[in-house]
Amino acid sequence: MGGAERGRPGSTATVHARLIALSPADQSKRELAIVPAVINIKRSTAALLGLMAAVPLLGIQPANAAEPTRTSEAPRVELVLDVSGSMRARDIGGRSRIAVAQEAFNEVVDALPETTELGIRVLGATYPGDDPAIGCRDTQQIVPVGPVDKPAAKAAVADLRPTGYTPVGLALREAAKDLGTGDTTRRIVLITDGEDTCAPPDPCEVARELAAQGTHLVVDTLGLAPDDKVRNQLVCIASATGGTYTAAESAEDLTDRIKQLVDRASDTYTQAPALVAGGEECAKAPLLGPGVYTDRESFSEHRWYRVPVRTGEELRASVSVSLDRPVSRDYGVLLRATATDGRELVRGTDAGSGRTDVLSAGLRWSGAEEEALEETVGASPSPTASAEPLTTVCLVVSNSFAPAAGTRTTPGMPVELTIDVVEAAPTPDGPDLGRGWVLLLLLTVAGLVTGLVSGLLTRWWVATWRENR
Amino acid sequence: MMRTSIGRGLVLAAAAGLALLPAGAAAADTVAPTPSPGAVTVTKAGTSFITAAQISAGQPVAVGASVGDYLYWSFPAQAGQVHDVAVTVTFPADRKRAGDSTWSVDVFDGLRRRQACTAGAQTPAVAATATRVDLGCTLRAVRSWAEPWSGDPLPGTYYVRLSVAELADRDLGMPVEVDLLVSLLGDEGAPADDGTLKTPLVPPVKAGTILDEQALSPTSAQEDSEDGSWFDGVSFTGWIPDLSSRWIWTTAGGILAAVAGVVGFAMTRRPRVR
Repeated sequence: MGGAERGRPGSTATVHARLIALSPADQSKRELAIVPAVINIKRSTAALLGLMAAVPLLGIQPANAAEPTRTSEAPRVELVLDVSGSMRARDIGGRSRIAVAQEAFNEVVDALPETTELGIRVLGATYPGDDPAIGCRDTQQIVPVGPVDKPAAKAAVADLRPTGYTPVGLALREAAKDLGTGDTTRRIVLITDGEDTCAPPDPCEVARELAAQGTHLVVDTLGLAPDDKVRNQLVCIASATGGTYTAAESAEDLTDRIKQLVDRASDTYTQAPALVAGGEECAKAPLLGPGVYTDRESFSEHRWYRVPVRTGEELRASVSVSLDRPVSRDYGVLLRATATDGRELVRGTDAGSGRTDVLSAGLRWSGAEEEALEETVGASPSPTASAEPLTTVCLVVSNSFAPAAGTRTTPGMPVELTIDVVEAAPTPDGPDLGRGWVLLLLLTVAGLVTGLVSGLLTRWWVATWRENR
Repeated sequence: MMRTSIGRGLVLAAAAGLALLPAGAAAADTVAPTPSPGAVTVTKAGTSFITAAQISAGQPVAVGASVGDYLYWSFPAQAGQVHDVAVTVTFPADRKRAGDSTWSVDVFDGLRRRQACTAGAQTPAVAATATRVDLGCTLRAVRSWAEPWSGDPLPGTYYVRLSVAELADRDLGMPVEVDLLVSLLGDEGAPADDGTLKTPLVPPVKAGTILDEQALSPTSAQEDSEDGSWFDGVSFTGWIPDLSSRWIWTTAGGILAAVAGVVGFAMTRRPRVR
């Protein structure tokens, strides 16, 4: 935002500088005959300086041109609260976990941004019995996703009493349904204190499955006084969907974090990328226009895409492969652009090791060079056709991840592909003018020598002419 | 009269040339990595490239986070600029950590290509007892143009990612405070001779559209951009070099050469003996 504000004065300054720079120059032409030369030189120098001041300004783009396109859809977020029996434990500053969670929810509802549509779902809230078959279906939406009626939402939360089982997987599935499908990112904030007591379905598998459905869903998890098992499970859910995990050990932690996550839902929600399925080979690959796409790629799989690029255009592509599951320590990703005949044009690659969320690579390729090549070879495909021949560039995404022991390989890892086709920037020509003290010295010496030679020649000629007269 | 005017012109031109040269160098020395006065502190961070929180140089960031989060910010950069990223992660005083950790700040360009740091502690390791960790990364100067095949830094969006690369699993999720400042170390402006990137490396954020095979037929390709190409080809001013200090240098050189020529000519003329 600050950048955009900064950009605007910049562009006006450019316009002013141009006006100032150009008008005196025009005037100076007209006044050349009557105004003393000194003023002309001063003026044109000023004009030149003005123009030169304008040149760097021309290069300033609106700083935040990447401003995400806001759609009309409101940011949607659902809080999923565990109200299982274990929430009774009084281990957060001497207060029960549920009391802390209720207080946090109250504050979050109070501070809710106007535009955000919030829903609340609970699990394990109603069935006090011992039958897992019933207890593991115990999840209800107590506040429907939509503009929030704050007093009603608070009252609904205040009535909750820790009761039953912990069907996290089912609750996540239902929460995804509550949020519905649309063209923006949705967030689920899962607050729990215990492991899923109802697996299968394993909540982490559920999370992966939801992420793979293509509805752009992020699950952020909050563990209340978590042990190792709970932490592993929540970290797994979060990483499978690109969410975050927080261990809350105080009421303040919890409140701050939920507020932050709800705010983040409105700050960063973006249009969800288009779903695409890459081909096994270039000829069968989908044809992509500029924009953001998402796909899945398994270990050691190659995914092909095609992009039409015209002469004078530049292809820009970047790919991010998310590590949504445990993989071996070292890994890499490779993005290659090839011609339709399989010859490589350019590649982008990155490798790494250790803990990371995504691994990205990018490349640029300019069609102009390709065309020039074809012309010199004399193998232009259609000499009668326009000046805009179309090249199809094949892009292949491959990875060198290796699954850690016991890691499932399907569905594949999320791939985010960004394609842009822009005007090519040709290689600049060498400068036609010079610069520097050496240039001044050279020109001065050359001038001096020319003066001397012509002076001597003149003397010789005059002398010869006098003698021969 | 004429002589004085030429003299003044020379002085002006030389002064202009001098003034243009060292401007960038002087700026590099004086700017210290402090927030710009009046800059509003940003209190958010994104969690992926596409949701990166937008900041600008000199704008401080203070955000609460959890150990293990991947935090993303993006900032714009123009040709000639040198940026420095400084991050401080503060751990809560009342929580013990289970083990040592290694933190990492990575910078990527608009094509998500990893950018090299010329200075700074990019991946510092901290002991379990440390109360804070400082990370830094000084980037290369942004070039105004580079060949499509090169990985040189170009104008456009840059992404900063803060993550913890190695840690004891038990420390995951612990609250931390993150302070970040991207500062402009120097700005030499775009050099006029080095070409320009027609479109900065600002990635699209809109969902893409899958094209059908018709997009490949040459007729549809023709319609879109035939006009543009025709006008591009016929340029009447294309051969004139862009305005730059080279004009002043060359003009000054020409004037000096002319003066030297006159001086040289004069030197060969003996005073006339009557």
